[in-house]
Amino acid sequence: MDAVGDVQRVLLLGGTSEIGLAVVRRLAGERKVAVVLAGRPTPRLDETAQELRGEGHAVEVVGFDGTDRASWAPAVESSFSGGDVDVAVVAFGALGDAERDWQDAAAAADLVTVNTTAPVALGVDVAARFRRQGHGAFVVLSSVAGERPRRSNFAYGATKAGLDAFFTGLREALRPEGIRVLVVRPGFVRTKMTEGLSAAPLAVDAAAVAEAAVTGLRGGRETVWVPGAMRYVMSILRHVPSAIFRRLPI
Amino acid sequence: MSTTSNAPRTALSGWGRTAPSVATLVPAGTDEDVRRAVLGAGDRGVLARGLARSYGDSAQNGGGTVLDMTAAARVLSIDTTTGLVSAEAGVSLDTLVRVLLPLGLFVPVLPGTRQVTLGGAIAADIHGKNHHVKGSFGNHVVSLDLMTADGQVRTLTPEGAPRLFWATVGGMGLTGVVLRATVRAVPVETAYFSVDTERATDLDDLMARLQADDDQYTYSVAWIDLVAKGSSTGRAVLTRGWSARRDQLPKKLVDKPYHFAPRSLFTAPDVFPSGLLNRATITAFNEAYYRRAPKEQRGAIQSIGQFFHPLDIAKDWNRVYGRRGFLQYQFVVPFGQEDAMRRAVARLSQAGTASFLAVLKRFGPGNEGFLSFPTPGWTLALDIPVGAGLGKLLDELDELVVEAGGRLYLAKDSRATAATLHQMYPRVDEWRAVRDEVDPQRVFTSDQAKRLDL
Repeated sequence: MDAVGDVQRVLLLGGTSEIGLAVVRRLAGERKVAVVLAGRPTPRLDETAQELRGEGHAVEVVGFDGTDRASWAPAVESSFSGGDVDVAVVAFGALGDAERDWQDAAAAADLVTVNTTAPVALGVDVAARFRRQGHGAFVVLSSVAGERPRRSNFAYGATKAGLDAFFTGLREALRPEGIRVLVVRPGFVRTKMTEGLSAAPLAVDAAAVAEAAVTGLRGGRETVWVPGAMRYVMSILRHVPSAIFRRLPI
Repeated sequence: MSTTSNAPRTALSGWGRTAPSVATLVPAGTDEDVRRAVLGAGDRGVLARGLARSYGDSAQNGGGTVLDMTAAARVLSIDTTTGLVSAEAGVSLDTLVRVLLPLGLFVPVLPGTRQVTLGGAIAADIHGKNHHVKGSFGNHVVSLDLMTADGQVRTLTPEGAPRLFWATVGGMGLTGVVLRATVRAVPVETAYFSVDTERATDLDDLMARLQADDDQYTYSVAWIDLVAKGSSTGRAVLTRGWSARRDQLPKKLVDKPYHFAPRSLFTAPDVFPSGLLNRATITAFNEAYYRRAPKEQRGAIQSIGQFFHPLDIAKDWNRVYGRRGFLQYQFVVPFGQEDAMRRAVARLSQAGTASFLAVLKRFGPGNEGFLSFPTPGWTLALDIPVGAGLGKLLDELDELVVEAGGRLYLAKDSRATAATLHQMYPRVDEWRAVRDEVDPQRVFTSDQAKRLDL
């Protein structure tokens, strides 16, 4: 990242993530940058790469699968083989099926693997690379769902809570190395992942998350809520007695 | 890496305090220290660092080794008859000024701060207020010792090894480590300057005055107001002068013509919030500066500090820009491209990019340095606090500068792109060819070199 926060090379873990792509585009601004798109090797990933190339960016595609542990380390290795990475955006994850994921053990385990285990493991390897290159920044897409589990989606919330806690701690471990970790906690984001769900209050779109993330990164922030008001909503909700909390229409 | 594994890893940034990176910092007191680091370099490479006055990432090497050259700072010899001075690369120009003045000598080129090293002065091919008549620092280097990637020390002169010499002058430390150099100092009768000051009402008036009689002066620079609105945009205070003769000194100075005892009056504390220097405070500063300057004054006697380095009175003055830091944007456009300068000034002024330190100067001929910045034309330099939208504005200015056939100064640059820079320096491929001969593995590298694909 240069003096004004422009980037040369960005790694997007979750190469088809709408929010992740919005962050990458926002980071690039009007410049042409190098993007490593890492994600499940699907036609959709290649289409996304083509789109970015069409916008003038130099794109490398790296395949990995959030459920396939053996694919994680090699993905980080090849993501850094073409040069230093300025910013790694950790943006992959699954919403799951809230009712299935607390009743089906395999489904629950899979959700934890994709949303927590994989980003943590990939994060460890990326952190090692960042330390080696002497610079780097994480942008981690967490969720307010992790701040206090709700009956309606606590399996998802639990995976994000684990992710959030790990990267919040990693930030301190990496601070002496000059590496930054920005944790982004959006509320309800209208994307293809949430299509069909009725939007919660304070819903935002991917562009708003991207803007908050990039402004936060350039401004030296370490945690951002999107929208900003969500921070105060959540700090109240965290302390609402559970007898009341469970009756709230959220 | 084994040789440096015990050395501390340190976050290093440039003078603008933006975009730091972490490297292994190794004191380089002797040639052997340098050789050990160069031959033991890992794949993240090595870079020499001096007093870190380059604004951006020129003296950073994230993940690699950075040699602290200030550990080798001895003056080796001075020949008062020829003016030839030999010193180790880590010696500061401040030290050289102090050592040379009592002998009736002065450094040939002095930039806007004395706190730069000899090695850095060569690597950035620095310029000063006398560029229009004396050229840049490299013009005055008689010879230099360079440790190349093979660990050999090569003594380079412009006659004996012109390609490597001129790839090293302005080469940003990427051809090797400058260990020592011999430069030709200039004789002076006093430590003072006889200074003419005048005001210019706008940019055109300023450029006309500079075109008219700049070459009569040894030193020349204009402070320019980029925040004043309307027809006052580009109003300027022009200060030009010569090294003062002894008979020009007032009585109280005649007995000590070489007296030079600058002091830092205070150190700026590290507590300033970002945004303290905003449009309001900077506008007020600029107004006061312009009003305070005499409309016209001839032959005022000023000290080195007053004339060259008004900011050095506050040590660590870069801290007043706060945590987000600042950058300096400096470009040159060739003569005949005055309109590009007008448009750049208008663009900066209109964007409300507050700068309390903007200077304009007329450059003379450039030298043979492949990546040397100065080229005949107009150069504008300004400090800008980092804030939202700055990157986009400067990208637009880069485009304007490229179209005008101009370029940016590498020692100030902290955010340009490789594509832009390569357009600005048409000889960059020739430079790379020379560098690849002496450093095919790219042992010498920097964050800037990576960013700009040098």
